[in-house]
Amino acid sequence: MKQNNLKAWLYLLPAILFLGVFMVYPLVDVCIYAVEENYASIARTYTGIGFGNFRDVLSDKLFIQAPKNTFILVVITVPLSTGLSLLIALGLSSIKTLKKAFQTIYFLPYVTNTLAVGLVFMILFDKTEYTKGLVNLLLHTDIDFIDGEYWMKMMVTCLYTVWIVMPFKILILTSALASVNQEYYKAAKVDGATNSRIFWKITLPMISPTMFYLVITGFIGAFKAYSDEVALFGTNLNAAGMNTIVGYVYDMLYSDTGGHYGNAAAAALILFAIVFTITYINLKFSRNKVQYM
Amino acid sequence: MNERIKKTGSKILIYLLLVIWAFIVLFPFYWMVLTSVKKTSAYNNETVPQVFTTDPTLENYISAFTKVDLGRYFVNTLIFTVATTALMMVVTIPASYAFARLEFRGKTLLFSLFLSLMMIPTELVIITNYVTVVNLELNRGIKTYLGLILPSVTSVFYIYLLKENFEAVPDELYKAAKVDGTGDLKFLLKVMVPICQPTIVTIVILKVIECWNSYVWPRLITREPEYFLVSNGIQTIRESGFGRQDIPAMMAAVVVVSVPLIVLFLVFRDKIMAGVSRGGTKG
Repeated sequence: MKQNNLKAWLYLLPAILFLGVFMVYPLVDVCIYAVEENYASIARTYTGIGFGNFRDVLSDKLFIQAPKNTFILVVITVPLSTGLSLLIALGLSSIKTLKKAFQTIYFLPYVTNTLAVGLVFMILFDKTEYTKGLVNLLLHTDIDFIDGEYWMKMMVTCLYTVWIVMPFKILILTSALASVNQEYYKAAKVDGATNSRIFWKITLPMISPTMFYLVITGFIGAFKAYSDEVALFGTNLNAAGMNTIVGYVYDMLYSDTGGHYGNAAAAALILFAIVFTITYINLKFSRNKVQYM
Repeated sequence: MNERIKKTGSKILIYLLLVIWAFIVLFPFYWMVLTSVKKTSAYNNETVPQVFTTDPTLENYISAFTKVDLGRYFVNTLIFTVATTALMMVVTIPASYAFARLEFRGKTLLFSLFLSLMMIPTELVIITNYVTVVNLELNRGIKTYLGLILPSVTSVFYIYLLKENFEAVPDELYKAAKVDGTGDLKFLLKVMVPICQPTIVTIVILKVIECWNSYVWPRLITREPEYFLVSNGIQTIRESGFGRQDIPAMMAAVVVVSVPLIVLFLVFRDKIMAGVSRGGTKG
């Protein structure tokens, strides 16, 4: 085939420019920031090269709370949302009437602005001086969900997070279930297999790559949680004790004393390291469990 | 006989589950709209929240636009969305074409590089992009638009998606065009783009959704309230007095912000859902 060197590079030039400036350069830059100690953004000076920023971050009280929140969120929401969406996807796959309607409804949270809808959630759970809030009244409880105990806030956060991530998972699982070869089911039925056996021995293994994909992306997504928390609790997450690692990174960028870019960079790299490690562990784990056809 | 009972029984259970989840999904939306048509005074007097209202009003929608700058945020978001999506098209279409149809030295290497960029989380690059924008003063005045738009333009994911689609177009068409003496650019614009129009529509819509709901980046770099987008605009309103005192009006604002995308979704539902399941990434 004819070589179109000049033309090709010309076509690719805008993409390369944008990606270079806004992706490649920052990647290198953030590593440099992370090791320049005590970077003063206004003076643009730094006192030395070292891992001081990492030490600062890891010993910061505000930082310690963030990974704790993030971990709890991950551990609770990923299994819950994946399992629930599997249940719903299975249900969807076995009906014909109203299937499209249900699918449309279920996908709604995906296209909405999390800030907007989170506000509604907050209002439903919130206890104000006028009223105990709808949820409290329905459950006959008197819990301060938004401004009270840590675990209550965490529960609302998990609930909201699951609500938000379900559309995507339901969609992916429904198509995965649909792509399982019907022949397997027919053969199993002929052999007299029960529904339960069919599920555990055929369905689940066939969709295991997809399940696995959802678990991994679920983990990664949960680690990057931030906007959902802001939607529920407002921008001052530290006051609510609900900060996440990503929230901490952004806090470091902003602070009134002129931005601790070094610390932000260090925290961001720590986050990346955590996500990378967990993904790696997940991948290793999957070698044994996931069956590819 | 038993079989039929069991089958009907499980069907009922399944529908029950599906209806329950549908209710859980829809209820917040219902509450959003319901609250937005309640009178503020009535709302504040409810010790037990009412699940419907006998006295609906549209006054909240009026206050949402008059008491706070919702209209401004709307316009900003519109400008941001249109400009970013347009630029994205200009960048993505030629790039995907180059990877799909043109042969050139370093092609495989460059494509692998692009792919690996997909793995980089935004949280890492956002720090430097923030510094870049601040240093170039792209967060002051009218230049804020540039600061908002430029970093948000390119995403390797869309290039990858479109490239796959371009590659699926049969070679014969290309060869025929070459025989006719049609240049690559003309071929791209007159043949490829129309044929791959469904995918392009999907990409556009996904990008529009991404831009409309964008929060972190606008929050980070917009200093002046007149350049806020709807997402960080809503957040600011919420934390001001207005947000605390006038919840129905806040809900009206939220409804107004959510409606465009919901309408878009209902119209293009199949394309959106197909695009998302192909890609598997939200962004």
